[in-house]
Amino acid sequence: MTDEGEKELVGIVLVSHSAAVADSVAELAKELSGGGAAPVRAAGGTPDGGFGTSPELIAEAAQAVDRGAGVAVLVDLGSAVLAVKALLAEGDELPEGTRLVDAPLVEGAVAAVVTASTGADVDAVLQAATEAYDYRKA
Amino acid sequence: MSSSEPAVDDVLDTPFFLRWLTAAAASVSREAARLTDLDAAIGDADHGTNMQRGFAAVTEALEKEPPGSPGAALILAGRQLISKVGGASGPLYGTLLRRAGKALGDAERITPQQLADALRAGADAVAQLGGAAAGDKTMLDALFPAVEALGAGAGSFAAAGEAAEKGALATVPMTARKGRASYLGERSAGHQDPGATSSALIIAALAEAAR
Repeated sequence: MTDEGEKELVGIVLVSHSAAVADSVAELAKELSGGGAAPVRAAGGTPDGGFGTSPELIAEAAQAVDRGAGVAVLVDLGSAVLAVKALLAEGDELPEGTRLVDAPLVEGAVAAVVTASTGADVDAVLQAATEAYDYRKA
Repeated sequence: MSSSEPAVDDVLDTPFFLRWLTAAAASVSREAARLTDLDAAIGDADHGTNMQRGFAAVTEALEKEPPGSPGAALILAGRQLISKVGGASGPLYGTLLRRAGKALGDAERITPQQLADALRAGADAVAQLGGAAAGDKTMLDALFPAVEALGAGAGSFAAAGEAAEKGALATVPMTARKGRASYLGERSAGHQDPGATSSALIIAALAEAAR
C-alpha cells in the first residue's frame, strides 16, 4: 500500500513464455510511458529459467505490484492464458481486483502502463489495453 | 461383474482416492516417454516430462499432508498440478481435479455415482477454461466418454477406462482446434492427442485403485 494521501495505482503484470520477452516488454512500456509511475512486473518463463508459464512467478508478480487499486495481467499465449484463468478461479491466489486483460501483449502493455500511470482505475486500464486491438497496421 | 467392479451401493473412501492418484502417478511415469513422443508430433514435446513432474509433486504432497477426505485429496492434487506441471496441462488437469474435489465436499465416503458426477463437473470446468468442446482433439475427447460411461454404468471403472481409451484413439483423425497443435491445422490429423492419452491413463488408474 502507498502512503496515505497518495493515489493508489493499478499494477501491471506481463506474462510471457519467455523471461526475456516479458522483461523487455516491461522495459519498453515503462520507457514509452515516460517512465510512468505505475508498478510493472514481468513474469516470464519458468522459475529455473526455461521457456514456459509459471503460476508461482505470476502470483508473486501480482502481489508485488498490488497497491490496492487492482492488478491488470497481460499474457502472450496458450498456457499463460490458462494459468492466469486457473489462478483467478482459485480465488485466493491473486490480489483482490486482479483481472486478465484481453489485449495484445506489447501494444496492450504500453497502453496499460500509460493509463495506469495517470491514476486511472482498473476498468479504464483494461479498456485502454483492449483498444490496442483496434489499431490496424495495414 | 468382476471383483474389481464396485457395486451400485459401494462406497469409496479416502484411501481409495489415494490409491487412485498414486496409480495415476505411476502410470503417467511409466508412459512418460510415449506421451512426450506423441507431443513431439503435434506439440512442444514436453507433455510426458511435465505430467511426470506434476504427479510426482502430487504423491509427495499427499504423503506430506495426508488429506482427511476424498474431496480434500483431489483439491490438494489439483493445486500441485496447477503449480508444478507447466504448460497448458497444469491449469487444465488442476482444474479437473480441484473442481471434482469441490463437488465432493467434505464427505468421507462417496458412491461411484457421486464420483461420476464430480468428474463430470470437473470435465465441464476444463471445457469452460479451455474454451474447448468434444471433437477438438483435446483431453476432453477421452474425459467426456469416460464420465459418460462411469455415470451410465453406475460406477463401472472398467467401462470408464475402455471409453477413455477409445476416446483417445478417436482423436487420431481429428484436426486440432485448440492449443499449440491447432496452429498445424490439417497437419495435426493422423496423430493421437497427448492430452487425451494422459487422460485415458488417469481414468484407467481407477480400476487399479479398486483392486
